[in-house]
Amino acid sequence: MEGRAPRQPSEPVARLLAGYRIAPDTADEMLDATGAVRPVWQPFLRHLASLPPARAEAAFARGDQYLRDAGVFYRLYADTAASERDWPLSHIPVIVPEAEWTAIAEGLIQRADLLEAVVRDLYGPARLVADGHLPAALVAQNPEWLRPLVGVEPRGGHFLHFLAFEIGRNPDGSWFVLGDRTQAPSGAGFALETRVATSRVFADHFAQANVLRLAGFFRAFRDAMNGLRGPEATRVGILTPGPMNDTYYEHAYVARYLGFMLLEGEDLAVQDGQVMVRTVAGLRPVDVLWRRLDSRFADPLELDPASRIGTPGLVAAVRAGGVSVVNALGSGVLEARALMAFMPRLAEVVLGEPLKLPNIATWWCGDAAARAAVRDHADRMVLAPALSSRLPFDGDDNWPCAGHDAATLAARLATEGPALIGQERVTISTAPAWQDGRLVPRPMSLRAFLIRTPDGWQAMPGGFARIGRGDDTAAIALQRGGSVADVWIVSDRPVPPDTMLPDRGTPTPRAEAGLLPARAADNLYWLGRYVERTEHAVRLLRAWHLRVAESGTADRPVIAALGQHLGQLGLDPARAWARALADRVAAARNCASKVRDRFSVDGWAAIGMLAQDVSRLNPEPASGDDAARMLGGILHRLAAFTGLVHDNMYRFVGWRFLTLGRAVERADSMTFALAAFADPRAPEGALDLCVEVGDSVMTHRRRFAVATSRETVIDLLALDEMNPRSVLYQLTEAQEQVRHLPGNGQPGPLTPVARRLLRLRTDLAVSSAAELTTARLLGLRADVAAFSTLLGETYFG
Amino acid sequence: MLYDVTATITYAYAAPAIAGRTLLRLMPASVAGQRLVAGRIEAQPTPAERQDRIDFFGNAVTELTFRTPADIARFRLVARVDRTSEAPELDLSPDLARLAAELDLPGTLGPEAPHHYLGPSPRIAPDPAIAAFAAEAADGAPTTLAALTAVGRALHRTMRFDAGATTVETDPATAFAARQGVCQDFSHILIAALRSLKVPAGYVSGYLRTIPPRGGLRLQGADAMHAWVRAWCGIETGWIDYDPTNDCLVGADHIRVAVGRDYDDVAPVRGVLRSAGGQISAQEVDVVPLG
Repeated sequence: MEGRAPRQPSEPVARLLAGYRIAPDTADEMLDATGAVRPVWQPFLRHLASLPPARAEAAFARGDQYLRDAGVFYRLYADTAASERDWPLSHIPVIVPEAEWTAIAEGLIQRADLLEAVVRDLYGPARLVADGHLPAALVAQNPEWLRPLVGVEPRGGHFLHFLAFEIGRNPDGSWFVLGDRTQAPSGAGFALETRVATSRVFADHFAQANVLRLAGFFRAFRDAMNGLRGPEATRVGILTPGPMNDTYYEHAYVARYLGFMLLEGEDLAVQDGQVMVRTVAGLRPVDVLWRRLDSRFADPLELDPASRIGTPGLVAAVRAGGVSVVNALGSGVLEARALMAFMPRLAEVVLGEPLKLPNIATWWCGDAAARAAVRDHADRMVLAPALSSRLPFDGDDNWPCAGHDAATLAARLATEGPALIGQERVTISTAPAWQDGRLVPRPMSLRAFLIRTPDGWQAMPGGFARIGRGDDTAAIALQRGGSVADVWIVSDRPVPPDTMLPDRGTPTPRAEAGLLPARAADNLYWLGRYVERTEHAVRLLRAWHLRVAESGTADRPVIAALGQHLGQLGLDPARAWARALADRVAAARNCASKVRDRFSVDGWAAIGMLAQDVSRLNPEPASGDDAARMLGGILHRLAAFTGLVHDNMYRFVGWRFLTLGRAVERADSMTFALAAFADPRAPEGALDLCVEVGDSVMTHRRRFAVATSRETVIDLLALDEMNPRSVLYQLTEAQEQVRHLPGNGQPGPLTPVARRLLRLRTDLAVSSAAELTTARLLGLRADVAAFSTLLGETYFG
Repeated sequence: MLYDVTATITYAYAAPAIAGRTLLRLMPASVAGQRLVAGRIEAQPTPAERQDRIDFFGNAVTELTFRTPADIARFRLVARVDRTSEAPELDLSPDLARLAAELDLPGTLGPEAPHHYLGPSPRIAPDPAIAAFAAEAADGAPTTLAALTAVGRALHRTMRFDAGATTVETDPATAFAARQGVCQDFSHILIAALRSLKVPAGYVSGYLRTIPPRGGLRLQGADAMHAWVRAWCGIETGWIDYDPTNDCLVGADHIRVAVGRDYDDVAPVRGVLRSAGGQISAQEVDVVPLG
């Protein structure tokens, strides 16, 4: 049978649609069953057709650029290591009329109520099992049915608060559910970023396209989360598995967007049934957690003991009613694919009505009649593990029956029956994607979201669509090269603009300074140190290469001394230094990645570019001059990052730790450099080198107007309170920051941290240049290290 | 028979361990044939929080929280237990085919339901070698109970008891391949074997009488906490306990503490204190009959 082609569109639209051929027995989002463009798509297509191809490509590039600048990524799990991928935007939105969407939402809301009733029963009386509506084995052997939570009533009374559904369209045009996401649904934040990017691509058209806005949904989400708090009204936290998770970007993004705390399991402690955040000001309560961590990993004490990302005692806190976890621990039991086989019946039993939106036809093969049905329709069946929670197109665990003979199938069903399901091989609809200046149909499925509000479930008016790479339905998954499109729910009436997006350059204000988690403070402090450490290393390396270029040899004593000093810092200026530098930048970026919710988009971009530049130095340039020039370029990149951070970042407690890290690192590296190059036995030229590395050549010339001597150099780089490179300046800076840390700055005795720092600074301030011998400098360096340790013990422990 | 049971588990740390939470499953149960007369659990250092509760499987759990660093942690159980039951004599259990039919009837999710004990569990994955061993040993067994003792006896003959051969982390497939281990390994292997025959099987932790009655043999595993297996032998017979380490049905010398799908569900101490340095642990168990 021939595929359908579009009917009678206008001239430019016709060019766009030339070659748009829908596969037989497949519905299409853009064209109706007769091949006519659906009315809701016509304004958009006219707009797209009006753009010259070059302008359209430029607009698409604008959207991609937005996502890159915002740092939107997901993590791809490869065989060996996980890598970050840009969010793959398919620029053409999927457009659905509001009336059709309303019907879909009604079906999903009914399904949400059913899921809530089922999970409540499974963790309560289990009547559905006793009455024979659900097989006991299917629940008892589900690893997501968590026995420690049986009999535990969630605080507030509901198990489910935030749900996602994967839905698709049948060949007959009706919609159906491919999968329920109840454990820790991902994608709402990505949906929002996809919307922002797509609305920039079609900026001219979007404003008058009557597209329903997403902001209201996120406001409802924020209010719902805040509404779950107890009488103490503490902050809401997002519990993330950490930066290695595939959707970590989204956790940080939503935290920043909605003003929630981004927390990892180790940030939390449980005391007397209450969940506490380890902050720089000690333990502070938190009583709502939006959980993005699979339940099993949430508490190594009562759930999976192998988990290294959980919080011991979290289950005890839930049991004591001290915390609302969204969704409730154990909600993942509903994701088992086998449950799909029972949902139609459960709807009748529990709700007394049929499902408004059917789900993918499924047979649990623990049942003889189901096994027979699978055998009888083997050509249209896929076998899969009954307790798998994967989406139908997302699994390596699918086993198409058509590829095997009847005897093999029968044998598998006989031996493994209860562990298997049969699922219908579905045909989902296609939606247009852009390819070489034209639209082509690609398989698509749609992710929809529901939030529980005090007035009932509310659906996000939109979501995102997965768009397959080729014709193959299996290639729809992101991990297999699929891409993502915005979903426009289009109203008949004008839609007022609405946004919650704060200005991108400024971080969301954080009301309570003390609520900085200790781990975040630790990462910010070390980010400050690593960036400064990199800068110092670059200056030393540049000095070495400049001198080699000037003298044509590395044999001069001062060059050898510099080489030795670099060696003590773990750098070999002649060999593989680019790699060592890249490691330092990677360490800095790693710290930054763990506190992305506290970072401006620009700051993150700057450190990303720095990492990219440094990695391009590898393999490193051979000659001294080239190397020195390259290193100069790196210094400029570093300056861009520190400039952004220190000029633009709000003076939150987090910024203070970042600044402390920089000050401590500078004090450390400068005392060490002075000990090496201002030593009386240092070779000729070492004092000038010191001044150069301290970026103080001009200052020295203006202040002393004489050649460098040990006294002038020590005076300038250790004792001069006006020189931002001097050790004393750094200690003064550190004092200023410590004054603002929790526990300081009030009348009363000094904290141990402040006392140690005061002693350190005073000792230095009252010293003369002559008294600062090499031994004293090394002693000073040890004192700085001891201060750093004390700081860590006090605030990061 | 009345017993006085004492059990002490000690952890000594190279560096002072910081605060932590601990779950203890040490208290003898009160179940058919066994009654806990009195018992208490002591902990050192003194915990900041303590809560006693019952877990999903009906086991007594003591949850302790420590907030001060310590270089030694000691948990001590003192209990008096009245043990009455003897091993069953009449075998009324169904054959394996009828057992499967009984399991297909609508069930429940209650703690004694056999369905918890059929599939893989955290510590016990299906293993083809164990399954083949089980199929051979159970071949021709007329009843489920007969299959249980047949596989248990075959295992006892095949395995060598060796306290140094395995650790608490060893999985059943590895221990079976080496043909050696301790009561935990014997029990895990037998559970895997029974589940491969579609016989629901679980793990029991407990204590053994230290000095045997006059004329009896001293049982293997009496110096520390012991473990054995329970198998579901049909609706009528219910659960039967069998000790593969000593090749016997469980009788008055065994004192049950906790039941679960495998060691993970019943671990006597879970989540000890966190320490940067190493740790060593020691167990002492004494089960003395009164009169």
